[in-house]
Amino acid sequence: MTATTTAHNAKVMNRFALTKRLTGQLKHEEAVIGGIGNANFDLWGSGQRPQNFYMLGSMGLTIPIALGVAIAQPKRHVVALEGDGSLLMQLGCLATVAMLKPTNLTMLVWDNGIYQITGGQPTASASAADLVAIARGAGIASSAWAADEEDFDKLVAAALVGGGPTLIAARIDDKPGVATTDRDPVRIRASFMAGLGVKR
Amino acid sequence: MSDGQAWHEIILATLKANDVKLVVYVPDRVFTPLIKAIHADPFFTTFSATREEEALGIVTGAWMGGMRGAVLMQTSGFGTIPNALASLVVPSQIPALIFVSERGTLGEFNLGQAMVCKTMRPVLDSLAVENHTITRTDELGFIVDRSIKQAVATQAPVTFILSPLLTGGKVFAA
Repeated sequence: MTATTTAHNAKVMNRFALTKRLTGQLKHEEAVIGGIGNANFDLWGSGQRPQNFYMLGSMGLTIPIALGVAIAQPKRHVVALEGDGSLLMQLGCLATVAMLKPTNLTMLVWDNGIYQITGGQPTASASAADLVAIARGAGIASSAWAADEEDFDKLVAAALVGGGPTLIAARIDDKPGVATTDRDPVRIRASFMAGLGVKR
Repeated sequence: MSDGQAWHEIILATLKANDVKLVVYVPDRVFTPLIKAIHADPFFTTFSATREEEALGIVTGAWMGGMRGAVLMQTSGFGTIPNALASLVVPSQIPALIFVSERGTLGEFNLGQAMVCKTMRPVLDSLAVENHTITRTDELGFIVDRSIKQAVATQAPVTFILSPLLTGGKVFAA
């Protein structure tokens, strides 16, 4: 049960496997904003949907970008994929999301307790910070740890119905991303806008 | 073009005329009349962000979703955004409209503000981000209107630095 799942008893899962489970549930051209690094790499590896945006720099701004898309396109659901280190860099954005209450925004947080791409240094979430508790404290009532893969699927399905904002955190292992993104920001941005039906 | 309007009335009207619906700000005392007026006008979606780079991320997402956006910040806030500019807004060609209420000059009383102010134009110039320092209400509407159109047409951000000569600035109380 999600109500009793905590950072300490949640199953350690795999980011790529969960990313595929997420994209497998996307049936309505939902926008997905992939955060810098491995969140992006596994999103790319799961297949390049036209509604995917891959953030190449600006660590911490995944959720703000997703929030902006959600404001501009209230009828489209938007999913942000963010890592623990990145979220810790920009925790204030959770308070902004809670203040605005966009019903079409879902935030997925991959928490492996390390700054994986820079050499595996421990993040504060490895020993002290509980990102779901932080999100709840920021005012995002619908925040939960995924207990296991099946629970993750259920939480994602419920979030995609709307009524959010929702934050779902998953403890993940330290396996690196399975692919590498294209690194042309203009092409990524133009492709994403076309995928959202925006001319310019 | 100003017709006796205050600077904040000109900016509000020019944003509206250019269909800039989203305004995200980190508050500043000088901006207070503009922020109040934007909140009072249902044309706008407006709210505070907790940090200036967060505001830039939000307007970036909104632009990609088809909504034009502006950010408002103080000079010291500008000091927090070079990474967001250099690694997101500029390389992704986002026409973010950045309004900065200028502190650190023309009577500044806080050395910290004065130092951050000195970094602002060199950062913008080094990134080749168009920037205008606006000192007069009779030029304000023209500069903002034309620059918004240029930003959208050329897919590039623009920064409007609002001088104390325009806004009155913040005055040393003692």
